[in-house]
Amino acid sequence: MTPEREAVPALGPPPDVADTRSGHRLSAVLPVLLPILGLLALVVLALATGRYSVPVGDVFGILAGKLFGLPVRAEPAMQIVVLQVRLPRILAALVVGAGLAAAGATYQGLFRNPLVSPDILGVSAGASLGAVLGIFLALPVAAIQGLAFAGGLGAVAAVYAVGAAVRRHDPVLTLVLAGVAIGAVLGSAISLLKVLADPYNQLPAITYWLLGSLASASLGDVAAILPAILLGLVPLVLLRWRMNLMSLGEEEARALGVETRALRPVLIAAATLVTAAAVSVTGVIGWIGLLVPHVARLLVGPDFRRLLPASLILGAGYLLAVDLVARTIAPIEVPLGILTALIGAPFFLWLLASGKRGWV
Amino acid sequence: MLEVSGLAFGYGRRRVGAGLDLTVRAGEVLCLLGPNGGGKTTLFKTLLGLLPPLAGAIRLDGEDVARWSRRRLAARLGYVPQAQGATFPFRVSDVVLMGRASRLGPFASPGPADRAIAARALASLEIAHLAERTYTEISGGERQMVLIARALAGEPGLLVMDEPTASLDFGNQTRVLAQVRRLSRLGIAVILSTHDPDHAFLCADRVALLHEGRLLALGDPAATITPESLARIYGVAVAVVPLPGFRQSVCAPLLPD
Repeated sequence: MTPEREAVPALGPPPDVADTRSGHRLSAVLPVLLPILGLLALVVLALATGRYSVPVGDVFGILAGKLFGLPVRAEPAMQIVVLQVRLPRILAALVVGAGLAAAGATYQGLFRNPLVSPDILGVSAGASLGAVLGIFLALPVAAIQGLAFAGGLGAVAAVYAVGAAVRRHDPVLTLVLAGVAIGAVLGSAISLLKVLADPYNQLPAITYWLLGSLASASLGDVAAILPAILLGLVPLVLLRWRMNLMSLGEEEARALGVETRALRPVLIAAATLVTAAAVSVTGVIGWIGLLVPHVARLLVGPDFRRLLPASLILGAGYLLAVDLVARTIAPIEVPLGILTALIGAPFFLWLLASGKRGWV
Repeated sequence: MLEVSGLAFGYGRRRVGAGLDLTVRAGEVLCLLGPNGGGKTTLFKTLLGLLPPLAGAIRLDGEDVARWSRRRLAARLGYVPQAQGATFPFRVSDVVLMGRASRLGPFASPGPADRAIAARALASLEIAHLAERTYTEISGGERQMVLIARALAGEPGLLVMDEPTASLDFGNQTRVLAQVRRLSRLGIAVILSTHDPDHAFLCADRVALLHEGRLLALGDPAATITPESLARIYGVAVAVVPLPGFRQSVCAPLLPD
C-alpha cells in the first residue's frame, strides 16, 4: 500500500506469545454450546408447563412428529396446546427477547451509557402512539401492529432529524435530549387518546397494550416481524467489532479511523428496526433492553463480538422465562411489563450495589 | 512529513486561530506550548481531520489530506488522547487492538496478526504485563501508556499527543516523555502539547508557542523558551535557568514580593 509499513520496527521484535487458540477444542465450544442447550431446555419446559400440563416425553414426541413426520402417540388436545397455543407464543418470546436485548446492547454502546435502554430515542413512545391510535380508531389487529411499527420508526426518524439539524453540540447528547423532548410530546398525545377513548372497551385494551403481552402472538406475527428483526441484526453482526470503537465516543473513534458519521445512523436504524418490530407485536415490554445487556456484560465483558450473542441468548431466555411466569403464576395472565419491572428493577438495584466497578 | 501552510482553524464560523505555518520531519518532536484557550486542542482536532480547516492546507507526505478517508488519515496519524475513565471495562489488550481500526475494513475483525501487533505495541512500552488487566481498573499513568500503545498498534508515521502528561504524577510524566524520545529515535514524528515548559526541554527538537491562535515563535527550545516569551504567553514572570552539566534548562515561575 503506502510506505507507512516502515513504521513497524518501532514496535520492536515480536515477543514469544504462546498461541493459546489451538488445542482446547472443548473449552472453546462449551461457552457457546451450554447457553444454547440451556435455552432449548427452557423451551421444552415452557412447552410442557401451563394450566394444561403436558409430559416432557410427549412434548418431544409431538415435536418429532411435527419435524420429522413420525407417528405421534400424544392426545390431539395435547398436540393443539403444544403446537398451536404454546409454540407460537414461545417463538415470539424468543425473537422479541433476543431483539430487545440486542438493541439495548447496541444503544448502550452507541450512547456510551450503560443506563440507556432501547427506548432512549422514543421508539417505544412512537410505537405506543401508533398502537393506541389504532385501538382508538378500532382498526384490525394487523393495522394496529403496522401503526405501532410505523410509529416507532417515525419517532426515531424525527429525533434523528432534530439531532442532525442541531449541529452545535455533542451529537450524542443532542440525540438523547431530542429523544426526551419528542418522547414527552408523544406521551401527551397518548394521554389525550386515553382520555378520549371509550372507557369500557378501548381503555382496557390500550392499558393492556402499554404493559405488553405475548398472549395473542401468533405464528403469523412471528413470521411478520422476523424479517425486520433479522434485517436489523445484519449490520450489528457485521459491525460487531467497530461497535467497540463507537463506544469510545465520537472524536476518539474518528481519530482512530472510524467513519462514525456513516456508522451511527446505520446502527441506530438497525437497533430501531429491531425494537419497533418487536414492540409492534407484543406492546411495550420495558427493562429487557436495559437489564439483559448488563447481565451479559457481567458474564462475557464489554467486547461487542461476545456481548451481542450473549445478549441475544440471554434476552430470549429471560423473556421466555418471564412469560412462563406470567401465564402460570396466577389464574389470570399478568401483563409482561409488570413482571419485567418487578423482577428487573430489584435485580438492577442489586447490580448497582454489588456490581464490579465500571461494569454497571 | 507534515506540512501546514496558511492554516486557519476553528469551529464553524468561530475562528480560533489563523496564519499557521509549520512543518514536522520524520522522527522530529514538536512541542506545542500555550495558555488555556490558546487554541492547542482546536489545532490538534484540525490536524487530525476532526474539524475541517477554515483556510490553508495540511499536507502529509506531500499530499493534501482534505480528500483522504478517515481510515487513511488515521493510519498515518496516530492520536493519543488524554487518559480518562472509560465507559466500559475493556481489557487492556482489547483497547490496544482498537488501534488496528485504521488498518482493517469496516466489516473486518482483527485477527491473529493484529493481536500480535497489539502485543508487540504493549511490549515495546514495557507494559506487556497489563494485557489482561481491565482498562478501567489500572492507574492513570498506566492508562496513558496503554493509549500510546493503542496509537502505535496502528503503525503511524506521526503521533499527535494531547497533553500526554496531564494529571500524571512526576515519575509517570517523565516516563511518558522518555517514550516520546524513544519513538522519535525510531523515526516516528511526535507533536505533543503540554503545560510545562520544562517538558519541552526534556523531549522536544522544536517548540511552537501558540498564543491567541497564532504562532508566536517556532524554533529550538533554548532559543524559543525565554523569560520574555513565557511572560508574554502566560502573563507571569518566569526564570529560565540552564541546568549545569545538562543540555536543558529549568523554568520556575516568580511571584512579586
